[in-house]
Amino acid sequence: MKYHCQQGCGIAQAGRLGYYRVGIKRERTEAILTFWDRWRIPIMLAPTLAVIVFLFLGGLAYGALVSLGWQPIIGRTEISLRAYHSIMFSEQYAAVFWQGLALTIWVSVGSTVISAMLALATALLLRRTFFGKRLATFLYQLNLPVPHVVAAIGILFLFSQSGLLSRTGAQLGLFDFPRDFPVLVKDKFGIGMILSFVWKEVPFIGVIVLAVLQSLGVDYEDLARSLGANRWQRFLYVILPLVMPGLLSGSILVFAFTFGSYEVPAILGVRFPRMLTVTAVRFFQNPDLNARTEGMAISVIISIIVFFLVLGYMWLSRRTVRQD
Amino acid sequence: MATHTASHDHSARQRLLRALHYAAVVLLIFLLLTPLIAFLFNAFSFRWFYPQLFPTELSLRAWQSIVAANSKVPEALWNSTILAVAVTFSSVVIGLPAARALGLYKFRGKRVIEFLIISPTIVPGIAVAMGLNINFIRWGLAGNLLGVGLVHLVPVMPYVVLTLAGVFANYDPDFEQQARSLGAGTLRTFWHVTLPAIFPGIVVASLFAYLISWSQYILTFLIGAGQVITMPVLLFSTASGSNNPLIAAMSLVFVAPSILILVLTARFLSGKSSAIGGFGQL
Repeated sequence: MKYHCQQGCGIAQAGRLGYYRVGIKRERTEAILTFWDRWRIPIMLAPTLAVIVFLFLGGLAYGALVSLGWQPIIGRTEISLRAYHSIMFSEQYAAVFWQGLALTIWVSVGSTVISAMLALATALLLRRTFFGKRLATFLYQLNLPVPHVVAAIGILFLFSQSGLLSRTGAQLGLFDFPRDFPVLVKDKFGIGMILSFVWKEVPFIGVIVLAVLQSLGVDYEDLARSLGANRWQRFLYVILPLVMPGLLSGSILVFAFTFGSYEVPAILGVRFPRMLTVTAVRFFQNPDLNARTEGMAISVIISIIVFFLVLGYMWLSRRTVRQD
Repeated sequence: MATHTASHDHSARQRLLRALHYAAVVLLIFLLLTPLIAFLFNAFSFRWFYPQLFPTELSLRAWQSIVAANSKVPEALWNSTILAVAVTFSSVVIGLPAARALGLYKFRGKRVIEFLIISPTIVPGIAVAMGLNINFIRWGLAGNLLGVGLVHLVPVMPYVVLTLAGVFANYDPDFEQQARSLGAGTLRTFWHVTLPAIFPGIVVASLFAYLISWSQYILTFLIGAGQVITMPVLLFSTASGSNNPLIAAMSLVFVAPSILILVLTARFLSGKSSAIGGFGQL
């Protein structure tokens, strides 16, 4: 037991014991619990929970209501799934929705998988001791505070048909005109978006993995080596299982972010297929307030998909990966 | 492990591996830095014709238009700064007690509370902002800094609370008891005992609150309703045009404070901190 004081600090201790729900002498400690002892935790949590409940859950709940057709401002109070049906099955919107969903899944899963693999590889690269390691690690992290809007513009400067890469190719005699360069940004396969996300997220996941690797030291690997494990076996059976929790938690954040992000698709996407978030915002900006119902329906669908995919992923990884 | 008895072949292989490793590191850093270099090229370029690799004519035009009298950049910088500072300060004040409760105590329903607090990191911001938009218009919170600042709290709170809760998990509240028994009041105890102990955590929490608010586009756009011009909002609308030097110069003005703040606070940061996730939200 950490707390030794006998008297004087009894009230604070009792409060703490009360919350710890320690069985011994429960009745006696309950008896001297003051108002503050009893309500201290709810009171401490209240400001943060107010933000979460009113702004976050409130916003979500009201949005869900609007998606069900509830808009008293324009005199609509009946509840229906009409907008969801219209988005998914009507001739007008079905293609926009399903193709948008396919593109969104492709871009977010693709970005996450590529980022996670490159993050692991680059973290292993930077983990070894070498001259200039500090500088390299610093430069590796330099893009972390760069917002996604800027990342998307940077990819545009690099990969557009008159961008730096195309110019480099032209200098080498590969292309004569910008139009000879392949369309890599504002393309219908989402390559530009994936490039942009990968550029941003590799150091992001990489820094998490690197921190785990550095705290591990080399003892485990030396042990495995002394037992005759080769380089590949050491990676597969020693390093990978140890960094997996960090790698997975970083990947979850990346997946959830890319699935619901707006800036990168808005700058680097095309009209068709269009990422779901961009479609939702366009519906929402429509001067006809009825279109908000469809916009909200799409953003509710996005939230539900992200939420359940992340939950499933966490459940799976908790079952298969050792947690620290 | 290379020993002095290693064969010639062995050390040659080691040298080759080391050279390959260096080449890979240089390539990695080069790939990560080129987009940033592209901003420098564009920001000072003038009539940069294809297929010139480097701009042959340099110019400060973009920078002049940023400081020109009709430029919106100063207003946007001011709004972004006010927002980021206010959001940082209020998120720490709001989150500190909750972090203390989560870091120091066990209580019933704790896991549910923790899940609630981190859930904004998973659910996309557009769903929240769209739902709030109509009510914020009704309550007079749309189109002004107060409303936008309130919405910025949603993505910021999880990281502030998680970071500070991590600090409180390794904090011994007995020191406060000792200060009180020596006659210090609540405020003095907080100022002289609690605050110094949790200071590194507050720095990291503030760093992320600032970065997330500073970089926020879609929430500002949906709640600001075109009235609140921040740096990301201005940059986004400029980026839909084709004035590359201006887009690049504006981007540099936008990211410079973030990079500077990161460099200044880097020593408080570790990749193992739960706050590091905040970088994924920018």
